[in-house]
Amino acid sequence: MSVIDIQNLDVVFSDKPQQALQLLDQGLSRQEIIDQTKAVVGVHNASLKVAEGEICVLMGLSGSGKSSLLRTVNGLNPISRGNLLVKDGDRTVDLANCDEATLRHLRTNRISMVFQKFALMPWLSVLDNVAFGLEMKGIDKKTRQASAMEKLEMVGLQEWAHSLPHELSGGMQQRVGLARAFAMDTDILLMDEPFSALDPLIRAQLQDELIELQKNLKKTIIFVSHDLDEALKIGSHIAIMESAQIIQHGEPEQIVLNPQTAYVEDFVAHTNPLNVLGGRTLMTPAHKLEQQGNKVILDSNHNLWVELEQGKIVQAGKGEQTLPQQEWQQLSKAEKAEGKAQSIAKGSFSIASPEINMREAINLRYTSQLPVLLQENGRFAGVLNDNNFYYALLGKHFVAD
Amino acid sequence: MNWITKHKIPLGQWMENFVDWLIGNASGFFDAIAYSLEWLILGATDLLLLCPAFILIAATAGLAWWLHRSLGLVAFVTASLLLIANLGYWTEMIETLVLVLSATVLCVLIGIPIGIMAAHYPKFYTAIRPVLDLMQTIPTFVYLIPTLILFGLGVVPGLISTIIFAIAAPIRLTALGISSVPAELLEAGKAFGATRTKLLFKVELPAAMPNIMAGVTQCIMLSLSMVVIAALVGADGLGKPVVRALNTVNISQGFEAGLAIVLVAIILDRLCKQPNQKEV
Repeated sequence: MSVIDIQNLDVVFSDKPQQALQLLDQGLSRQEIIDQTKAVVGVHNASLKVAEGEICVLMGLSGSGKSSLLRTVNGLNPISRGNLLVKDGDRTVDLANCDEATLRHLRTNRISMVFQKFALMPWLSVLDNVAFGLEMKGIDKKTRQASAMEKLEMVGLQEWAHSLPHELSGGMQQRVGLARAFAMDTDILLMDEPFSALDPLIRAQLQDELIELQKNLKKTIIFVSHDLDEALKIGSHIAIMESAQIIQHGEPEQIVLNPQTAYVEDFVAHTNPLNVLGGRTLMTPAHKLEQQGNKVILDSNHNLWVELEQGKIVQAGKGEQTLPQQEWQQLSKAEKAEGKAQSIAKGSFSIASPEINMREAINLRYTSQLPVLLQENGRFAGVLNDNNFYYALLGKHFVAD
Repeated sequence: MNWITKHKIPLGQWMENFVDWLIGNASGFFDAIAYSLEWLILGATDLLLLCPAFILIAATAGLAWWLHRSLGLVAFVTASLLLIANLGYWTEMIETLVLVLSATVLCVLIGIPIGIMAAHYPKFYTAIRPVLDLMQTIPTFVYLIPTLILFGLGVVPGLISTIIFAIAAPIRLTALGISSVPAELLEAGKAFGATRTKLLFKVELPAAMPNIMAGVTQCIMLSLSMVVIAALVGADGLGKPVVRALNTVNISQGFEAGLAIVLVAIILDRLCKQPNQKEV
């Protein structure tokens, strides 16, 4: 079951949202509604389910309503119409009609938040900032400081516990923001463009740290971003928003491969596909290759072929010549850290799993100087050749081909 | 033109009737205020006068050191207080100090809650703004008359006039401070489950503290500037010798008492100044 279930949600910023909602139903645009009623439509008819342990990224340009949607989840923005269900233990709370006490319970026990501009209290020490939420919860000083210290260690800032926030760099301040949210021990984390105010290197570093932490914490995260590369890197699902509406929701690869509107297509065309796409989506599948007897032609120009027996690769070669093959395995992070590297000899076919990512596949293609063969469950699945890579790099990876 | 002056609107008469009505119907209330305030102020003055001057000077110097860690300030405070004692205005200085500080305390107690309200309810602020302007601009002597009648001669009408004159500063600066708390801090407070009370005490007030302190400092200075006027209605303190010097055209007395007031003002100002965001 999903932890957060948003159903046909509308957010209108106005004292009298009813009028604006009516106009919205009549199909008027946001600008027309502002002109007529001065009401600003933040979110229009959004439906979204977020499953436990998922990182759902709300992606869109500024003003697309992604932050407005995020802020409804902990009640910072009012819900004008629709439902927003949050699972709380055995019960389900609907943010659209819940009282102050319930809302406070959710904020202190279920949902915590990380802000774009950090929003640390400048007069509190780093430690007291991390303990801030616990103080709101009414936990005594000793306990909350001990628990805050633990979280500070988690983000590697224990030596800074007694400094003031302004003595820290932006990246460190946002780590404090993260620790403050973690200190609440909530299952749900809302992150509002948390890394946007940081410079690119620190941003990438914090993204990696978040991914690493998430492996152990397994929180349900809603993450707002205006950067599709960031969304693709950390999101397990991505919802793309445009003028207050969710226009596409899906897994990162689906978004990249099947953009549903020109707007998404434009976004996708400008992303770096290296980290997103895998062999399976890039390859020319086996059944599309030309067959000559028991040989499958990989590249007719260079006369490259592979010979199969009941789907299994028996040998591969160029023209009359048979070339050697090497199996390629993904190295684990630990093995990489030990300095292990796999070398594929020039002139020998590499055989990899379709799970291989694009960066590594290109590397294999480059070192072996031959197309990469993909094999799954002992059967030849497809081939990665230059034209597959070029397609992806040109941003044409979503063109059905 | 004659026609206009013939039909004079009796504004002054109305005010007088109102004050008369107050005296007739609420004199018990005003007497109670006058008695209790007088008792408090005289009590505090006597208590401070019981203390030997040297102990008070040492204590003030110690406070200066504790607040600002500046040897220069400590030296200045000690020298100024010794000079005041030497000139023979020690008792008057203590009386002035008590008047100024009690006016400030009352201004803070009344002004800060009003300032908070003003920041939270902009309509309320719009409503009281002309009153605040009036309180600051109307000549002091004008409201000295009704306060004198209502509270009798002595320190209390001086105190009340001082409060009327000085209270606008803490109200305005508290309102400014609270309403300029960054929105993201308020959001963070709410997002972590702060109740309205906790939001006020744990986010809004600490964030507004520099502004509020500026308001309090201003309030002290404004109160001090009322010392001479308070002396006119019988409040003891450094104002009295000034008034007396004016009446007898006594240059030396006027200069000495005036210098004492200036020294007290400088000491209070330096002591209250925000220790500029401790060295980073």
